[in-house]
Formats: sequence, C-alpha cells, structure tokens
Amino acid sequence: MSRLPLAIVLLVVATAPAWVWNPYQLHTLIMAGIFAVLALSLNLLLGYTGQLSLGHAAFFGIGAYASALLSVKLEWSPWIGLLAAIALPGLAGYVIGRLALKLRGAYFVLLTISFAGCVSLVSVNWMDLTNGPLGIPGVPPVEIALPGLSPLSLRSKSAYYYLVLVAVVLAYLLCRALIRSRVGRALVALRENETLAASVGIDATHYLVLAAVWSAAMAGLAGGLYAHYTRFVSPEVFLFTYTVTMVIMVVAGGKGTLAGPIVGAVLFTVLPEALRELTSYQWQMLLYGVLLVAVLFFMPEGIVPALRAAWPALRAAGPAIRRRGRTS
Amino acid sequence: MDQLLQHLLNGLLLGATYSLLGIGLTLVFGLMNVVNFAHGEFYTLGAYAAFAALAFPAVPFFLAIPLAIVAGALAGAVCERVLLRPLRGQSIDTVMLVMIGLWIVMQNAELLAWGGVAKSVPTPFPTEPVVAGAVSVAPLRIFVFVVSGLLILGAHLLLSRTKLGRAMRATFQDRETAALMGVSIERIHTVTFAFGAGLAAAAGALLGPVFLLYPSMGDLASLKAFSVVILGGLGNFGGAALGGLVLGIAEELGAGYISSGYRDAVGFLMIVAVLLLRPSGLFARAERVG
Amino acid sequence: MTLEVRDLTVRFGGVAALVGVSFAVAPGTVTSLIGPNGAGKTTAFNVISGFQRPTQGTVHHDGQPITGWRPHRIAARGLVRTFQKTSLFPGLTVRENVLTGLHLRGRLGVAAALLGRGRVRDEERRLGAEADRVIDFVGLGARRHEAATALAYGDQRRLELAVGLAAQPRLLLLDEPASGMTASEKLAVAALIGRIRDEGITVFLVEHDMRLVMDISDRVLVLNYGRLIADGDPAAVQRDPEVIRAYLGAGAHAHA
Repeated sequence: MSRLPLAIVLLVVATAPAWVWNPYQLHTLIMAGIFAVLALSLNLLLGYTGQLSLGHAAFFGIGAYASALLSVKLEWSPWIGLLAAIALPGLAGYVIGRLALKLRGAYFVLLTISFAGCVSLVSVNWMDLTNGPLGIPGVPPVEIALPGLSPLSLRSKSAYYYLVLVAVVLAYLLCRALIRSRVGRALVALRENETLAASVGIDATHYLVLAAVWSAAMAGLAGGLYAHYTRFVSPEVFLFTYTVTMVIMVVAGGKGTLAGPIVGAVLFTVLPEALRELTSYQWQMLLYGVLLVAVLFFMPEGIVPALRAAWPALRAAGPAIRRRGRTS
Repeated sequence: MDQLLQHLLNGLLLGATYSLLGIGLTLVFGLMNVVNFAHGEFYTLGAYAAFAALAFPAVPFFLAIPLAIVAGALAGAVCERVLLRPLRGQSIDTVMLVMIGLWIVMQNAELLAWGGVAKSVPTPFPTEPVVAGAVSVAPLRIFVFVVSGLLILGAHLLLSRTKLGRAMRATFQDRETAALMGVSIERIHTVTFAFGAGLAAAAGALLGPVFLLYPSMGDLASLKAFSVVILGGLGNFGGAALGGLVLGIAEELGAGYISSGYRDAVGFLMIVAVLLLRPSGLFARAERVG
Repeated sequence: MTLEVRDLTVRFGGVAALVGVSFAVAPGTVTSLIGPNGAGKTTAFNVISGFQRPTQGTVHHDGQPITGWRPHRIAARGLVRTFQKTSLFPGLTVRENVLTGLHLRGRLGVAAALLGRGRVRDEERRLGAEADRVIDFVGLGARRHEAATALAYGDQRRLELAVGLAAQPRLLLLDEPASGMTASEKLAVAALIGRIRDEGITVFLVEHDMRLVMDISDRVLVLNYGRLIADGDPAAVQRDPEVIRAYLGAGAHAHA
C-alpha cells in the first residue's frame, strides 16, 4: 500500500482514545483488536497451510484460563500470565500438530473440533481447577512496573487499548516476517500442492507443526489479553460462536493475506455493534452464516483481495495470492 | 454385573439411532465427497418438525416421524439444489465452509423460530419402565430402537435392491458410465443428499422425545454422526451401523463408570483415537498400504 | 552407482505391480524406463522417490539405503522426481514456483525470519538470482512473472522441470516429461534433457515416445507386467524379441 493512506490510517488508529468519546465504542475497538490477533492466528493455518481449524476457540480459552489462573490462584504477575497464555496453547498446538500427522482436510477439522470439545468439557467439569461454570472472577489487570515509579495499572480503557494495539501490530509484523521468508513459502507450498512440496524437500509435518504452534500461541495471546481486559473467564470462551466469528473474519476478510484478517476482525466487531440497536443476537449470527455463504459464492478470495483487484494501488509488495484454479 | 447389563442395553438402544444418524452422513460424505457439517441441523429440523406436527391434535404420534423425514428430505433437496450444485467442481474446502455457513444459518433460524427454551415432546407411551429380569427399559426407548432398526433396514434395501439405489451407487462409482446409461446425475446428487438429510431428521424425530429439544442439539448430533462415520469408515454403510452401536455402548459405559459430565467426551475421544490409530475406520477392510 | 534397485517387489490388493526388479543407473547418464501401460513404471518411480513403500527389496542412492524413507528426506539427498500429471503450485507465479523449489537451497528458519532480517534479505537475494538462472535455463525467462496456471501446456511442463531442477538434484527422475507435447516441443524437451545431463545431473526417465527415448538415452530398461525384461543400450533393446512381443502382444512376429 502506498505510504500516505497507510500513514493516515495508522495515525487515526494510534490516536483513537483521544477522539473516540464513547467508552463503549473504545471497548468495541479493543475487542476488535483482540479478535484481530485471533483472526491472524487462524489465518496462518487456514490461509497459508490451507488447513482449517475449528478448534481455535480452545487455544483462545486455554490462554485465557492459563493467564487467569496464574494471576488469581498463584498471584503471579499478569505479564507472566500472558507468557503462559502464549506458551501453553503453543504446546497444545504442538501436540495437535504432531498428532495430526497425515490428517488433512475434513479429518483435520474433526480432530480440532474434538480437541476443542474435550477442552471445553474439562473446563466445565474440572471444578477444582477451573471453578466450572462459575468461572474465575477478579482477574487482575495488567500492570507496568518501571523501576523508581509506582506501578502503572492498565485499568483504564485507553491504556488497555494501547496494549492491544501493540499486540496487534506485533502479531502482524511477526506474521509478515514469517510469511515473507523461506518458511512462508514452505507453508504456502503445503497448501498449493503438498505432494510436489515433498518432492522438493519440504517436510510437511515439520511445517504443519510449526504453523500449528505459531497459530495456537497467537490465539492464546488473544485469550490472555481478553482475560485481563474483561477480568473474568468462564467456559463461555469455548463457545462455538467465537470460532464461527473467527472463521467469518478470516474468510470474508481474505484468507491468505495479512490485511484480510485485520479488516475482517474490525468489520465483524464493529458491524454487530452497529446492528445491535436494530436486531437481536440471533439475527446477527444468522446474517453471519448467510454472509459466509455469500462471500464463498461471490467473493471467494475475500474482501481485501477483491479490493486489491479493483484498486491496484492497494496491492502489497508481498506474494499476492491469485485466484486458484478449480479443483474437482 | 447387573449395572453392566443395564448399561450395555441402554447403549445398544441408543446406539441404533446413532447408527441411523451416521448412515445418512457417511453416504453423503462417502458418495458425494461432501463434508456436511450441517448434518446435525437436519437432525434438529426433524425433531422440531415432529414437535410442530404434534401441536396439531389431529396428528397421531406415529405420523410425526414420517412427516419429519419428509421435512428433512425436502430441506436437504433444496440445500443441495441451491448450495451444492452451483459449487460442483469447487475445492472440498470451499464446500466444507459453505456447509458450515449452512450450519450457522439453520441453527440460528431454529433459535429465532422456536426460542432457546427447551421443549419436550409428548408421547403416547407409558413412562413406567418394562422390567425384564435384571434390566429395565422405558417403552419409548424400545420404540425408538425398533423404528431405527426398521429405517436402517429400509435404507439398506433401498440402496441394494431398488433401481434408485443402484443408480446412486453407479453414479458415485463411475459417473460417465452412469450418465451414458441414462442416469440423471444431477437428480441423483439431490436425491442422495435428501436421503442423508431425511435419515438425520428421522433420528431427530426419534430422539427428540427421549431427550429435550433445544436449538443447539444438532451440534452434538453432528459430532456423534462424524464419530460414527469415522469409526465405521467413510462411505461404509455396515461400518456406520456397527459404529453407531459401538458409540452408544461406549457412551453409556463412560457415563456410568466414569462420569456423566464427560459423556459427550466419549464421542470426541473416539474420533481422536480412531483418526490417529486407524484412520480408515475400525470396520473397514484391512488394506495393505503399498 | 547413482541408483541401485535390488529385488524390488510391490504387491497390493492382490495385484503385483513390480516383481523382483533389479537394475542400476550409472552417474552422469540418461537412462529411460519404458514398457506398455500398466507395466509398473510409475510404481517404480513412486518407490524410488519414497511415495510408496515396497513389499520387498531395497533402493540405494549413492550407496546409501533409502528404502522406505519419506519423500522430502530423499529429495534432500539430491534425488528429485517430477510427476506424470502436471504438478505445479497453481496459485503462484512462475518465479514463485521456482523459488519454492529452491527450498533446499536455503537454510534460514523461523528464528532468522523473525530476528535476522539482514540475513533473510541476503538469502532471498541469492535465491532470487538462482531462481532466475533456472528459469532462463529452461527457457521461460519471458514468462517469469506470469501465473503458473496461465501458461500453455508445454510451458507448464517446462516449469515443472524448472521446479525439479531448483531442488538441486544429482539424480532427476522425470515421469513422462514429453507426454501430450507436439513434435517440436518434444525436440525442445530432448535438448533440455541433454543440457541437464551436461550439467552433471543423472537423468532417469519414464517415457512412451520411442523416438525420444532412443535418441537421448544412454541406456534403456524395459518393464512388462512388473518384471524387467530388458536392460541395455537403445539399439539392442529395440531389437530384443521379448520387448517387441511385449509391445505388440503375444502372437506378433518379430520384424528385422
């Protein structure tokens, strides 16, 4: 994207707390940011290796619970909690990736759904650890402790907005660095033609596991951010609606692009808020389903690629994903 | 020991309906190569259709099930025509995502139409369980088992003995030849999908009275159907029939001896275990991997 | 010997695709594997390149047993194969396809991708130059930024060759590189194979076009019903009565 529009967007985004008067709207933006990290994580698997995970809510939830439990039950610093929120789901992703081995397509999806189902059941039934359906209240906010100064608690929405913004930017930059490298090419090769990839020396298992770990770790980070923002974690984080929303964000935004998931995340966090006045939650979810189908029919590449096709000035300097040929 | 027999019996009775659920899915998955994540929604549709039908006092209980099957089959035919036919030739991932979209739409439509409060279906059966020695069974469950068995038998006969069944099998084994023989490929696709949806709806109409009706009941049903399909092997009718029974029994044993809260985890764990250890299914013919 | 296959047998589902096949491929040569349809040629390729496990027998590459190794490990040793059906990375351009094929030539992993941008830039530049060299070698220079799916059939097969070459093979297995091509395209492919051999790469190919096979091969192997029935220089194989019988069917008379 050419420099000036991007700079303007960044400026607008960076100064949001200053001009967004309604705290509820700021809340929406924060949630959009958390979802952006989530969408980027799912995109790494779906958009780049081509495998769909419908269990990403599990990684999100594990991250949320890990961070919440460490800071509430062990009273450790929320920063350590966030680290755990990245590490533990990452480990889970490793296990899934290694277990999945030769599973592809629908079988992989089923494995991820089953995994998520099991984790969800554990969170509800293992009362000693997770407090079951009652959840874990009182999750402390993130604090920045600089030497010599009193700890700065990121309790206010503005402060948390910046934390989430930093996380989104970091996630985006890291993903971009990964994609624009030999590793990224290997991931794409797996999506495009796994057999050919193997014949030129690309180890499918290694890269799939890598993508799974990375993807899970990022989803976990989103979960950790969520936990310290809402200050309450319950089995509701495993609700299928989160997974559904993630999938829509990635598919509608543009899987296989870096901007797509972010655009999708903002769109599908802001849109429901706008619709909240007009319709009920069920209509909204119904609309999501219709939208998903409509996008797959008419704009299968997603919004961002469609926009790029219409306005070449928006094209990024990275590997653009062209329309795939039909495969029967 | 008595407990064990009771659990086994419960599992068997429940499992027959799981078989019914799984057979519909395995046919669609195996024959059409379509991963129907909305399968559970046709189950829900069948359950609510039966419920709606029974709201009319003129409708006898035993008519509700055929009505539900018809409703499911019709819905399936429409979905195939509107969603799947235009996408023929697209990658299996796109079709999978579209089915997920259908899942979302159907479930939330059901939520809007019926509300989130669970409903129960009145049945003409006595609630007093029938006692036979050490085990006891509710009459309703016997009815459900018998009807499930009859439907499975009927489905088998339809596939193996009728002209339609032969056409279905022919189409999915060798499309070109089938077309040359005068089989309407498009119609077969629609019929197959409707068939699968109808079976799911039947399962829903049967299990609805046993449990409660709520809009998201299809989620677990979908998962269990997939469990059965994976247990039995893709496209394997007999495998799905057996797989349903295995799942039913395993669930009952798990709920009885481990914990009832983790009952549904059995289905998940079976999926995971089979996928990892024997992806072709427990009952698939052993194939030497060349 | 670059490639040694001993007693290779592949049976599945009651069918014997290969039975007791043994042969060796000498370094720096062009060896062709021919035979009627269903003779087991692609099965042999699949086993050698790791895409299929043999029921019995061994495969050695440069003295190292590689039987049962997974394809990417075999490729890392310098044994690369192409496929019978056009096999490309459809969503990518010509250049991106070749860059992906250069995977083994790069070394940087996740850590470098995230932290060592300078090293990544250098490696990308090196790989980019290498990609351009390979693209020019196969003659696709003019189309380097076109989508792979937009290429004409002949150019797509050429791209396949480029991707295989990018993986830095010492032994290149080509599965029907000339199938579906016009006469002039076949001449170009033959010339290309010759140039590949001149680069020091051993070539082992499966082909149906007899003229092509006889023109470029140093040695010809013939399979029929899973068994090796001839192994020698092109002229001798062409005259071999059993080979002629295999192609024309039983009851045919050998012609001088």
